Amino acid sequence: MPPAMSKVSFTVNREARVLELDIRTTLLDALREHLRLTGTKKGCDHGQCGACTVIVGGRRINSCLTLAVMHEGGSITTIEGLGTPDRLHPMQAAFVKHDGYQCGYCTPGQICSAVAVLGEIEAGTPSHVSDDLTARPELTSAELRERMSGNICRCGAYSNIVDAITEVAGRQP
Amino acid sequence: MKSFTYERATSPAEAASAAARVSGAKFIAGGTNLLDLMKLEIEAPSHLIDVNALALDKIEATPDGGLRIGALVRNTDLAADARVRRDYGLLARALLAGASGQLRNMATTAGNLLQRTRCPYFYDTNQPCNKRRPGSGCTALDGFSRQHAVVGTSNACIAAHPSDMAVAMMALDATVQTLRPDSTVRSIPIADFYRLPGDTPHLETALEPGELITAVTLPKPLGGTHIYHKVRDRASYAFALVSVGAIVQRDGSGRVALGGVAPKPWRVTAAEAEMPRGAKAVAARLFADAKPTRENAFKLRLAERTLAAVLAQARG
Repeated sequence: MPPAMSKVSFTVNREARVLELDIRTTLLDALREHLRLTGTKKGCDHGQCGACTVIVGGRRINSCLTLAVMHEGGSITTIEGLGTPDRLHPMQAAFVKHDGYQCGYCTPGQICSAVAVLGEIEAGTPSHVSDDLTARPELTSAELRERMSGNICRCGAYSNIVDAITEVAGRQP
Repeated sequence: MKSFTYERATSPAEAASAAARVSGAKFIAGGTNLLDLMKLEIEAPSHLIDVNALALDKIEATPDGGLRIGALVRNTDLAADARVRRDYGLLARALLAGASGQLRNMATTAGNLLQRTRCPYFYDTNQPCNKRRPGSGCTALDGFSRQHAVVGTSNACIAAHPSDMAVAMMALDATVQTLRPDSTVRSIPIADFYRLPGDTPHLETALEPGELITAVTLPKPLGGTHIYHKVRDRASYAFALVSVGAIVQRDGSGRVALGGVAPKPWRVTAAEAEMPRGAKAVAARLFADAKPTRENAFKLRLAERTLAAVLAQARG
Protein backbone atom coordinates (compact mmCIF):
# COMPACT_ATOMS: atom_id res chain seq x y z
CA MET A 1 0.00 0.00 0.00
CA PRO A 2 1.51 3.37 -0.95
CA PRO A 3 1.87 5.82 1.93
CA ALA A 4 -1.11 8.10 2.49
CA MET A 5 -0.43 11.63 1.26
CA SER A 6 -2.00 14.93 2.22
CA LYS A 7 -1.78 18.55 1.20
CA VAL A 8 -0.97 21.06 3.92
CA SER A 9 -0.94 24.86 3.74
CA PHE A 10 0.71 27.02 6.37
CA THR A 11 2.73 30.17 6.77
CA VAL A 12 6.43 29.80 7.44
CA ASN A 13 8.40 32.91 8.32
CA ARG A 14 5.57 35.12 6.97
CA GLU A 15 5.50 33.28 3.63
CA ALA A 16 2.55 31.09 2.52
CA ARG A 17 3.68 27.54 1.71
CA VAL A 18 1.77 24.57 0.30
CA LEU A 19 3.20 21.07 0.50
CA GLU A 20 2.05 17.61 -0.60
CA LEU A 21 3.39 15.30 2.10
CA ASP A 22 3.43 11.73 3.30
CA ILE A 23 1.14 12.11 6.33
CA ARG A 24 3.89 10.71 8.57
CA THR A 25 6.09 13.77 7.94
CA THR A 26 6.86 15.66 11.12
CA LEU A 27 6.85 19.44 11.09
CA LEU A 28 10.62 19.22 11.58
CA ASP A 29 11.13 17.10 8.46
CA ALA A 30 8.73 19.29 6.46
CA LEU A 31 10.83 22.34 7.35
CA ARG A 32 14.20 20.73 6.75
CA GLU A 33 13.65 18.26 3.92
CA HIS A 34 10.82 19.89 1.97
CA LEU A 35 11.29 23.63 2.55
CA ARG A 36 15.08 23.39 2.90
CA LEU A 37 14.98 25.46 6.07
CA THR A 38 17.85 23.59 7.67
CA GLY A 39 18.42 26.09 10.47
CA THR A 40 16.07 24.03 12.64
CA LYS A 41 18.08 21.02 13.80
CA LYS A 42 17.24 17.37 14.36
CA GLY A 43 18.88 16.22 17.56
CA CYS A 44 17.18 13.33 19.34
CA ASP A 45 13.96 13.36 17.25
CA HIS A 46 12.08 12.34 20.44
CA GLY A 47 11.36 15.64 22.21
CA GLN A 48 14.19 15.29 24.69
CA CYS A 49 16.83 17.74 23.45
CA GLY A 50 15.04 20.87 22.15
CA ALA A 51 17.26 21.33 19.05
CA CYS A 52 14.12 21.31 16.87
CA THR A 53 12.34 24.10 18.79
CA VAL A 54 10.30 26.43 16.57
CA ILE A 55 7.61 28.98 17.36
CA VAL A 56 4.09 28.09 16.22
CA GLY A 57 1.30 30.60 16.76
CA GLY A 58 3.60 32.49 19.13
CA ARG A 59 4.47 29.40 21.22
CA ARG A 60 7.64 27.35 21.27
CA ILE A 61 7.19 23.65 20.54
CA ASN A 62 9.29 20.62 19.63
CA SER A 63 8.79 20.36 15.86
CA CYS A 64 9.87 16.69 15.94
CA LEU A 65 6.83 15.63 17.98
CA THR A 66 4.11 17.04 15.77
CA LEU A 67 2.91 16.14 12.30
CA ALA A 68 3.08 18.80 9.59
CA VAL A 69 -0.55 18.08 8.63
CA MET A 70 -1.63 19.04 12.15
CA HIS A 71 -0.63 22.63 11.36
CA GLU A 72 -3.01 23.37 8.48
CA GLY A 73 -3.49 27.16 8.44
CA GLY A 74 -0.85 27.62 11.14
CA SER A 75 1.89 30.21 11.43
CA ILE A 76 5.42 28.95 12.02
CA THR A 77 8.56 30.91 12.81
CA THR A 78 11.96 29.24 12.52
CA ILE A 79 15.41 30.63 13.26
CA GLU A 80 15.54 31.86 9.63
CA GLY A 81 12.45 33.98 10.33
CA LEU A 82 13.86 35.63 13.44
CA GLY A 83 16.84 37.29 11.80
CA THR A 84 19.32 37.13 8.94
CA PRO A 85 23.14 37.28 8.96
CA ASP A 86 22.85 40.98 8.01
CA ARG A 87 20.03 41.81 10.39
CA LEU A 88 20.38 39.64 13.47
CA HIS A 89 17.54 39.31 15.94
CA PRO A 90 18.65 40.86 19.27
CA MET A 91 18.74 37.34 20.77
CA GLN A 92 21.03 36.12 17.97
CA ALA A 93 23.31 39.13 18.47
CA ALA A 94 23.42 38.51 22.22
CA PHE A 95 24.32 34.83 21.74
CA VAL A 96 27.23 35.93 19.52
CA LYS A 97 28.35 38.62 21.97
CA HIS A 98 28.21 36.34 25.02
CA ASP A 99 29.61 33.24 23.31
CA GLY A 100 26.38 31.35 23.98
CA TYR A 101 27.48 28.27 22.06
CA GLN A 102 30.45 26.20 21.04
CA CYS A 103 29.51 23.77 18.25
CA GLY A 104 26.31 25.68 17.50
CA TYR A 105 24.09 22.66 16.83
CA CYS A 106 21.60 23.38 19.62
CA THR A 107 21.74 27.15 19.05
CA PRO A 108 18.75 27.69 16.71
CA GLY A 109 16.55 25.79 19.17
CA GLN A 110 18.07 27.66 22.12
CA ILE A 111 17.39 31.02 20.45
CA CYS A 112 13.80 30.19 19.42
CA SER A 113 13.18 28.93 22.94
CA ALA A 114 14.81 31.98 24.55
CA VAL A 115 12.72 34.42 22.50
CA ALA A 116 9.55 32.58 23.57
CA VAL A 117 10.69 32.35 27.22
CA LEU A 118 10.88 36.14 27.48
CA GLY A 119 7.34 36.30 26.12
CA GLU A 120 6.19 33.76 28.72
CA ILE A 121 7.74 35.74 31.58
CA GLU A 122 6.23 38.93 30.17
CA ALA A 123 2.81 37.22 30.08
CA GLY A 124 3.23 36.22 33.73
CA THR A 125 3.33 32.44 33.19
CA PRO A 126 4.67 30.82 36.38
CA SER A 127 7.41 28.17 36.45
CA HIS A 128 8.51 25.33 38.71
CA VAL A 129 10.90 27.68 40.55
CA SER A 130 8.50 30.59 41.02
CA ASP A 131 8.11 31.01 44.82
CA ASP A 132 4.66 32.55 44.65
CA LEU A 133 2.29 31.07 42.09
CA THR A 134 0.09 34.15 42.03
CA ALA A 135 2.86 36.77 41.76
CA ARG A 136 4.49 37.96 38.55
CA PRO A 137 7.55 35.80 37.79
CA GLU A 138 10.88 37.56 38.18
CA LEU A 139 13.62 37.56 35.61
CA THR A 140 16.26 35.70 37.60
CA SER A 141 18.96 33.28 36.53
CA ALA A 142 17.07 30.47 38.32
CA GLU A 143 13.89 31.27 36.34
CA LEU A 144 15.77 31.32 33.02
CA ARG A 145 17.58 28.06 33.77
CA GLU A 146 14.34 26.29 34.69
CA ARG A 147 12.48 27.64 31.67
CA MET A 148 15.33 26.73 29.29
CA SER A 149 15.71 23.19 30.68
CA GLY A 150 14.07 21.67 27.58
CA ASN A 151 17.07 22.77 25.51
CA ILE A 152 20.16 20.63 26.04
CA CYS A 153 23.65 21.96 25.17
CA ARG A 154 26.26 19.20 24.96
CA CYS A 155 29.03 21.83 24.90
CA GLY A 156 27.76 23.25 28.19
CA ALA A 157 27.38 26.89 27.19
CA TYR A 158 24.60 27.33 29.70
CA SER A 159 25.97 30.23 31.74
CA ASN A 160 26.73 32.24 28.62
CA ILE A 161 23.25 31.46 27.30
CA VAL A 162 21.75 32.82 30.54
CA ASP A 163 23.92 35.95 30.16
CA ALA A 164 22.71 36.46 26.57
CA ILE A 165 19.02 36.09 27.49
CA THR A 166 19.44 38.36 30.53
CA GLU A 167 20.92 41.09 28.37
CA VAL A 168 18.09 40.92 25.83
CA ALA A 169 15.51 40.96 28.64
CA GLY A 170 17.16 44.08 30.07
CA ARG A 171 16.89 45.83 26.75
CA GLN A 172 13.18 45.31 26.57
CA PRO A 173 11.05 48.16 27.92
CA MET B 1 6.78 4.83 11.50
CA LYS B 2 4.04 2.59 10.09
CA SER B 3 1.76 4.15 7.50
CA PHE B 4 -1.65 5.40 8.62
CA THR B 5 -4.56 7.47 7.37
CA TYR B 6 -5.57 10.77 8.91
CA GLU B 7 -8.68 12.87 9.42
CA ARG B 8 -9.55 16.08 11.25
CA ALA B 9 -12.67 15.67 13.36
CA THR B 10 -14.95 18.68 13.66
CA SER B 11 -17.10 17.57 16.62
CA PRO B 12 -16.65 15.25 19.62
CA ALA B 13 -19.48 13.01 18.35
CA GLU B 14 -17.85 12.71 14.95
CA ALA B 15 -14.49 11.89 16.56
CA ALA B 16 -15.92 9.18 18.80
CA SER B 17 -17.95 7.54 16.03
CA ALA B 18 -14.94 7.61 13.68
CA ALA B 19 -12.84 5.90 16.36
CA ALA B 20 -15.42 3.12 16.69
CA ARG B 21 -15.79 2.76 12.90
CA VAL B 22 -12.11 2.34 11.98
CA SER B 23 -10.29 -0.57 13.60
CA GLY B 24 -6.93 0.49 15.03
CA ALA B 25 -7.84 4.20 15.12
CA LYS B 26 -6.44 6.57 17.74
CA PHE B 27 -7.13 10.16 18.72
CA ILE B 28 -4.24 12.62 18.46
CA ALA B 29 -4.16 15.94 20.32
CA GLY B 30 -0.76 17.25 21.49
CA GLY B 31 0.91 14.16 20.08
CA THR B 32 4.00 14.49 22.28
CA ASN B 33 3.74 10.96 23.64
CA LEU B 34 1.88 9.21 20.82
CA LEU B 35 4.18 10.34 18.00
CA ASP B 36 7.23 9.44 20.06
CA LEU B 37 5.83 5.91 20.48
CA MET B 38 4.80 5.73 16.80
CA LYS B 39 8.34 6.51 15.68
CA LEU B 40 9.49 3.50 17.70
CA GLU B 41 6.53 1.45 16.39
CA ILE B 42 5.42 0.77 19.94
CA GLU B 43 2.17 2.38 18.87
CA ALA B 44 1.07 1.69 15.28
CA PRO B 45 -2.41 3.13 14.74
CA SER B 46 -4.00 2.46 11.34
CA HIS B 47 -5.82 5.80 11.45
CA LEU B 48 -5.33 9.05 13.37
CA ILE B 49 -8.25 11.25 14.32
CA ASP B 50 -6.96 14.78 14.94
CA VAL B 51 -9.13 16.23 17.70
CA ASN B 52 -7.39 19.61 17.96
CA ALA B 53 -10.29 21.47 16.30
CA LEU B 54 -12.94 20.24 18.76
CA ALA B 55 -13.16 23.47 20.79
CA LEU B 56 -12.60 21.58 24.04
CA ASP B 57 -10.03 24.14 25.15
CA LYS B 58 -11.96 26.21 27.72
CA ILE B 59 -11.64 26.32 31.51
CA GLU B 60 -15.04 27.17 32.95
CA ALA B 61 -16.55 27.56 36.43
CA THR B 62 -19.09 24.88 37.31
CA PRO B 63 -22.40 25.58 39.13
CA ASP B 64 -21.11 23.84 42.29
CA GLY B 65 -18.09 26.12 42.56
CA GLY B 66 -15.58 23.87 40.82
CA LEU B 67 -13.86 23.97 37.43
CA ARG B 68 -14.49 22.22 34.15
CA ILE B 69 -11.22 21.83 32.26
CA GLY B 70 -11.64 21.07 28.55
CA ALA B 71 -9.76 17.98 27.35
CA LEU B 72 -7.68 20.09 24.96
CA VAL B 73 -6.53 22.72 27.48
CA ARG B 74 -2.75 22.73 27.12
CA ASN B 75 -0.67 22.02 30.21
CA THR B 76 0.84 25.53 29.98
CA ASP B 77 -2.58 27.19 29.97
CA LEU B 78 -3.93 25.08 32.81
CA ALA B 79 -0.93 25.90 35.01
CA ALA B 80 -1.21 29.62 34.12
CA ASP B 81 -4.96 29.95 34.75
CA ALA B 82 -5.55 32.44 37.57
CA ARG B 83 -8.20 30.25 39.25
CA VAL B 84 -5.96 27.20 39.16
CA ARG B 85 -3.03 29.16 40.58
CA ARG B 86 -5.17 30.60 43.37
CA ASP B 87 -7.47 27.68 44.30
CA TYR B 88 -5.78 24.52 42.99
CA GLY B 89 -2.11 25.30 43.57
CA LEU B 90 -1.30 21.61 43.79
CA LEU B 91 -2.41 21.17 40.18
CA ALA B 92 -0.42 24.17 38.92
CA ARG B 93 2.67 22.99 40.81
CA ALA B 94 2.39 19.42 39.49
CA LEU B 95 2.00 20.62 35.90
CA LEU B 96 4.99 22.95 36.17
CA ALA B 97 7.12 20.14 37.60
CA GLY B 98 6.54 18.06 34.47
CA ALA B 99 8.26 17.99 31.07
CA SER B 100 9.64 21.18 29.45
CA GLY B 101 8.11 24.48 28.35
CA GLN B 102 7.96 23.25 24.75
CA LEU B 103 6.18 20.02 25.69
CA ARG B 104 3.73 21.73 28.06
CA ASN B 105 2.77 24.07 25.21
CA MET B 106 1.58 21.06 23.20
CA ALA B 107 0.52 18.50 25.83
CA THR B 108 -3.19 18.46 26.68
CA THR B 109 -5.12 17.68 29.85
CA ALA B 110 -6.62 14.46 28.46
CA GLY B 111 -3.39 13.39 26.81
CA ASN B 112 -1.45 13.88 30.03
CA LEU B 113 -3.85 11.52 31.83
CA LEU B 114 -3.28 8.90 29.12
CA GLN B 115 0.48 9.08 28.75
CA ARG B 116 2.28 5.75 28.76
CA THR B 117 4.96 4.54 31.12
CA ARG B 118 8.63 5.36 30.53
CA CYS B 119 9.76 1.86 31.59
CA PRO B 120 12.89 1.32 29.45
CA TYR B 121 11.79 -2.23 28.61
CA PHE B 122 8.44 -0.94 27.32
CA TYR B 123 10.48 1.34 25.05
CA ASP B 124 12.96 -1.35 23.93
CA THR B 125 11.13 -3.33 21.26
CA ASN B 126 13.83 -6.04 21.34
CA GLN B 127 12.75 -7.01 24.86
CA PRO B 128 9.68 -8.86 26.07
CA CYS B 129 7.07 -6.60 27.69
CA ASN B 130 3.59 -7.62 28.80
CA LYS B 131 2.33 -4.08 28.37
CA ARG B 132 3.59 -3.76 24.79
CA ARG B 133 3.08 -7.40 23.73
CA PRO B 134 0.67 -9.13 26.14
CA GLY B 135 1.93 -12.51 27.34
CA SER B 136 5.55 -11.98 26.22
CA GLY B 137 6.92 -11.52 29.76
CA CYS B 138 8.40 -8.72 31.86
CA THR B 139 12.09 -7.89 31.52
CA ALA B 140 12.01 -5.33 34.33
CA LEU B 141 11.31 -7.95 37.02
CA ASP B 142 14.91 -9.20 36.78
CA GLY B 143 16.31 -6.13 35.05
CA PHE B 144 17.29 -2.59 35.92
CA SER B 145 14.36 -1.50 38.04
CA ARG B 146 15.57 1.55 39.93
CA GLN B 147 12.86 3.76 38.41
CA HIS B 148 10.02 1.27 38.69
CA ALA B 149 6.94 0.98 40.89
CA VAL B 150 7.14 -0.43 44.40
CA VAL B 151 3.44 -0.88 45.17
CA GLY B 152 0.34 -1.89 43.17
CA THR B 153 2.54 -3.98 40.87
CA SER B 154 2.04 -7.57 39.69
CA ASN B 155 4.19 -10.44 38.44
CA ALA B 156 3.31 -9.26 34.93
CA CYS B 157 4.38 -5.60 35.22
CA ILE B 158 6.17 -3.22 37.58
CA ALA B 159 6.06 -0.10 35.37
CA ALA B 160 5.44 3.24 37.09
CA HIS B 161 2.90 5.81 35.92
CA PRO B 162 4.82 8.85 34.64
CA SER B 163 2.36 11.74 35.08
CA ASP B 164 2.76 14.55 37.59
CA MET B 165 -0.57 16.16 36.68
CA ALA B 166 -2.49 12.95 37.37
CA VAL B 167 -1.10 12.85 40.93
CA ALA B 168 -2.69 16.24 41.58
CA MET B 169 -5.92 15.20 39.86
CA MET B 170 -6.06 12.14 42.13
CA ALA B 171 -5.61 14.20 45.31
CA LEU B 172 -8.20 16.71 44.08
CA ASP B 173 -10.85 14.03 43.40
CA ALA B 174 -11.14 15.02 39.74
CA THR B 175 -13.76 13.43 37.49
CA VAL B 176 -13.05 12.40 33.89
CA GLN B 177 -15.92 13.31 31.54
CA THR B 178 -16.27 11.23 28.39
CA LEU B 179 -18.34 10.74 25.27
CA ARG B 180 -18.86 7.23 23.89
CA PRO B 181 -19.33 6.33 20.21
CA ASP B 182 -23.03 5.63 20.87
CA SER B 183 -23.36 9.29 22.04
CA THR B 184 -23.80 8.43 25.72
CA VAL B 185 -21.67 10.32 28.23
CA ARG B 186 -19.93 9.06 31.37
CA SER B 187 -18.44 10.70 34.46
CA ILE B 188 -15.58 8.55 35.75
CA PRO B 189 -14.17 9.44 39.19
CA ILE B 190 -10.39 9.49 38.82
CA ALA B 191 -10.14 6.91 41.62
CA ASP B 192 -11.84 4.47 39.19
CA PHE B 193 -10.08 5.68 36.04
CA TYR B 194 -6.74 3.85 36.27
CA ARG B 195 -6.45 0.06 36.42
CA LEU B 196 -3.71 -1.80 38.23
CA PRO B 197 -1.72 -4.14 35.97
CA GLY B 198 -2.73 -7.54 37.36
CA ASP B 199 -2.50 -10.04 34.49
CA THR B 200 -3.45 -7.40 31.89
CA PRO B 201 -0.94 -4.53 32.10
CA HIS B 202 -1.79 -3.48 28.53
CA LEU B 203 -5.21 -2.32 29.82
CA GLU B 204 -4.43 0.91 31.66
CA THR B 205 -7.69 2.81 32.08
CA ALA B 206 -11.45 2.37 32.33
CA LEU B 207 -11.93 3.89 28.85
CA GLU B 208 -13.79 1.76 26.29
CA PRO B 209 -12.78 1.56 22.61
CA GLY B 210 -13.60 4.86 20.89
CA GLU B 211 -14.48 6.63 24.15
CA LEU B 212 -13.32 10.26 24.02
CA ILE B 213 -12.35 12.34 27.05
CA THR B 214 -14.11 15.69 26.71
CA ALA B 215 -13.22 17.35 30.03
CA VAL B 216 -11.88 16.89 33.52
CA THR B 217 -13.92 18.46 36.32
CA LEU B 218 -12.72 19.54 39.74
CA PRO B 219 -14.91 19.90 42.83
CA LYS B 220 -14.97 23.22 44.65
CA PRO B 221 -11.65 24.31 46.18
CA LEU B 222 -10.55 22.66 49.43
CA GLY B 223 -8.48 25.51 50.83
CA GLY B 224 -5.43 24.43 52.84
CA THR B 225 -1.77 24.48 51.88
CA HIS B 226 -1.00 22.98 48.47
CA ILE B 227 2.40 21.35 47.95
CA TYR B 228 3.87 19.23 45.15
CA HIS B 229 7.33 17.93 45.98
CA LYS B 230 9.03 16.05 43.15
CA VAL B 231 12.32 14.24 43.72
CA ARG B 232 14.27 13.37 40.58
CA ASP B 233 17.77 12.68 39.30
CA ARG B 234 18.22 16.24 38.03
CA ALA B 235 16.65 19.53 39.08
CA SER B 236 14.46 19.94 36.01
CA TYR B 237 13.02 18.06 33.03
CA ALA B 238 13.11 14.51 34.42
CA PHE B 239 10.53 12.00 35.57
CA ALA B 240 9.95 11.55 39.29
CA LEU B 241 11.72 8.98 41.40
CA VAL B 242 9.14 9.90 44.01
CA SER B 243 6.68 12.77 44.10
CA VAL B 244 4.29 13.79 46.85
CA GLY B 245 1.23 15.93 46.20
CA ALA B 246 -0.53 17.13 49.32
CA ILE B 247 -3.25 19.45 50.54
CA VAL B 248 -2.79 20.05 54.25
CA GLN B 249 -5.34 21.81 56.48
CA ARG B 250 -4.50 23.79 59.62
CA ASP B 251 -5.42 20.90 61.92
CA GLY B 252 -2.94 18.64 60.11
CA SER B 253 -5.60 16.65 58.26
CA GLY B 254 -5.60 16.58 54.50
CA ARG B 255 -5.05 14.65 51.31
CA VAL B 256 -1.98 13.06 49.82
CA ALA B 257 -1.17 11.25 46.57
CA LEU B 258 2.18 9.98 45.31
CA GLY B 259 3.81 9.69 41.90
CA GLY B 260 6.71 7.52 40.77
CA VAL B 261 5.88 4.67 43.16
CA ALA B 262 2.98 2.80 41.53
CA PRO B 263 1.37 1.91 38.18
CA LYS B 264 -1.10 4.74 38.83
CA PRO B 265 -1.12 7.89 40.98
CA TRP B 266 -1.08 6.35 44.45
CA ARG B 267 -3.63 7.47 47.02
CA VAL B 268 -4.79 5.43 50.04
CA THR B 269 -7.65 6.76 52.19
CA ALA B 270 -6.41 4.97 55.33
CA ALA B 271 -3.03 6.69 54.88
CA GLU B 272 -4.61 10.15 54.77
CA ALA B 273 -6.26 9.51 58.12
CA GLU B 274 -2.73 9.21 59.57
CA MET B 275 -1.56 12.62 58.33
CA PRO B 276 -1.79 14.36 61.73
CA ARG B 277 0.45 11.58 63.14
CA GLY B 278 3.26 12.23 60.71
CA ALA B 279 5.13 10.82 57.73
CA LYS B 280 6.08 7.45 59.21
CA ALA B 281 2.45 6.57 59.95
CA VAL B 282 1.28 7.77 56.52
CA ALA B 283 4.02 5.85 54.70
CA ALA B 284 3.26 2.67 56.65
CA ARG B 285 -0.30 2.72 55.28
CA LEU B 286 0.67 3.80 51.76
CA PHE B 287 3.19 1.01 51.41
CA ALA B 288 1.59 -1.73 53.50
CA ASP B 289 1.50 -4.04 50.45
CA ALA B 290 4.71 -2.82 48.78
CA LYS B 291 6.83 -5.31 46.87
CA PRO B 292 9.97 -3.39 45.97
CA THR B 293 12.85 -4.89 44.01
CA ARG B 294 16.41 -4.78 45.33
CA GLU B 295 17.10 -1.79 43.09
CA ASN B 296 14.08 0.34 43.97
CA ALA B 297 13.61 -0.42 47.67
CA PHE B 298 15.21 2.99 48.31
CA LYS B 299 11.93 4.56 47.14
CA LEU B 300 10.22 3.48 50.38
CA ARG B 301 12.62 5.55 52.52
CA LEU B 302 12.71 8.34 49.96
CA ALA B 303 8.91 8.53 49.93
CA GLU B 304 8.73 8.67 53.73
CA ARG B 305 11.38 11.40 53.85
CA THR B 306 9.66 13.37 51.08
CA LEU B 307 6.38 13.07 52.98
CA ALA B 308 8.12 14.35 56.12
CA ALA B 309 9.51 17.32 54.17
CA VAL B 310 6.07 18.11 52.76
CA LEU B 311 4.35 17.92 56.17
CA ALA B 312 7.07 20.11 57.70
CA GLN B 313 6.67 22.67 54.90
CA ALA B 314 2.90 22.69 55.47
CA ARG B 315 3.41 23.45 59.17
CA GLY B 316 5.49 26.45 58.01
